[in-house]
Amino acid sequence: MTDKRLEGIVARLLQTGVLLSAAVVLAGGVWFLSQNGGARPQYQQFRPPDVVLRSPAKLIRGLAHPDPASVIQLGLLILIATPVARVAFSLVAFALERDRLYVLITLIVFAVLIYSVAVAH
Amino acid sequence: MNLSAFSAVVYGVSALAGFLGALTGLGGGVVVTPALTVLLGVDLHYAIGASLVSVIATSSGAAAAYVREGFSNIRAGMFLEIATTLGALAGAHLTKVVPGTALAVIFGVVLLYSAWHSFRARKETRATRSDPLAARLRLESTYPGPEGEVHYRIERVKGGFSLMFLAGILSGLLGIGSGAMKVIAMDQVMRIPFKVSTTTSNFMIGVTAAASAGVYLSRGYIDPGLTMPVTLGVLSGSLLGARQLIGAKTRPLRIVFALVVGLLAFEMIYGGFTGKIQ
Repeated sequence: MTDKRLEGIVARLLQTGVLLSAAVVLAGGVWFLSQNGGARPQYQQFRPPDVVLRSPAKLIRGLAHPDPASVIQLGLLILIATPVARVAFSLVAFALERDRLYVLITLIVFAVLIYSVAVAH
Repeated sequence: MNLSAFSAVVYGVSALAGFLGALTGLGGGVVVTPALTVLLGVDLHYAIGASLVSVIATSSGAAAAYVREGFSNIRAGMFLEIATTLGALAGAHLTKVVPGTALAVIFGVVLLYSAWHSFRARKETRATRSDPLAARLRLESTYPGPEGEVHYRIERVKGGFSLMFLAGILSGLLGIGSGAMKVIAMDQVMRIPFKVSTTTSNFMIGVTAAASAGVYLSRGYIDPGLTMPVTLGVLSGSLLGARQLIGAKTRPLRIVFALVVGLLAFEMIYGGFTGKIQ
C-alpha cells in the first residue's frame, strides 16, 4: 500500500470520527439544555466537575444510566480518540511495511498518548 | 442571561473565531480563549479546556482536505510528534503550578506573536544541504509540483525537534494548537517547503492536543456544558472558513482581524497583571 492511499484512508477515518463526535455532542447538548437551559451559567469561577466526567473509565461505566452531561462528554471523548486512532493506524501501516525504525517512533508517540488519556493524574 | 442564551452566544463567538481563524491561518483555538475570558468572563481554565478540544476537532476535520493534496510528510510529522506530545504532557502538568494570572500574560504574548507571524510576508529559503540525521531518519520526501514530484532536503533536525518540544509545552499550557510555532520549526529551522510545513503542522496539531487532553480531562478543565457550544461552533466556523479560503479577497478582513486579535491580546496581558483574569 502506498503512503498516499494510506493517508486517504486515515483522513476518512478522522472525518468519520469528527462527524460521529459532533452528532453525539449535539444530541447530548440538546438534552442538556432542555434540562438545564433555564439555569444561570456558572463559569466565572473554576470548580472541577463531578469525578464521573473526569475519568474515561468511570464515564463509560456510567453510561448504563446516561445523563446529558455524560453524553456530551462521551462525544468529546470520541473526538479526543480520533488522533489516537490515527497514530494507532500509522503503527499498523509501518509494521506492514516492516519499517522498524518508524514502528519504534510511532510506538513512543502512542505510549505518550495512552499515558495521558488512560493513566490517572 | 440563562444557560440556553449563554450557550447560543458562546456558539456564535466560537463559530466566528473558527471562521476567521481558518481564513487567516491563525487557528480557532488561539482566538476562542481570549474571547471567552475577556468578553464573557469565563474562568481561564474552563476556556483553555474547551479550546483544546476544539483544536482537535479542527485538525481532524480538516485532515481530509489536506491529505488529498499530497503535501504532508508523514514520517517527519510522526518523528516530530515525539517532541510535541512530550512537551504537551509537560505543559499540561505545568498548568497546575503556574498561576492563572501568569497564564493570561503568557497567553497574550503568544497571541500577539502568532498574529504578527501570520500577517508577516514570509520568504521561503530552500535547504541546500541535508542534515545527515535527516537522511538516517528518512525524513526527506517529495511533493507534487507542476512538472511532477519535487524532492526537498531538510536541515537542522535537532534544532527543529527542540523547537517542537517548546511548541508542545505551549500547546499543553495554553490549550492551543501552537500551529505558528510548529510552522516556524519546520520552515524557518528545518527549511522544509511552506506547503509541506503547513499541512504537516495541521495534522500534528491534533495529536499534540490529544496528549494534553487526557490531563485536562482528569483536572476537570473540560466542562461539558461549555465545551459543547465551543467545539460545535469552532468546528462549523472553521469548515466554512476553509471553504471560503479559495479565491477569497481576505486582505481587509485580515487587517480587521489583526486589530481585534491585538486588542484581545492586550486585554489578556492587562487582565493577567491586574488579577482580573486568573
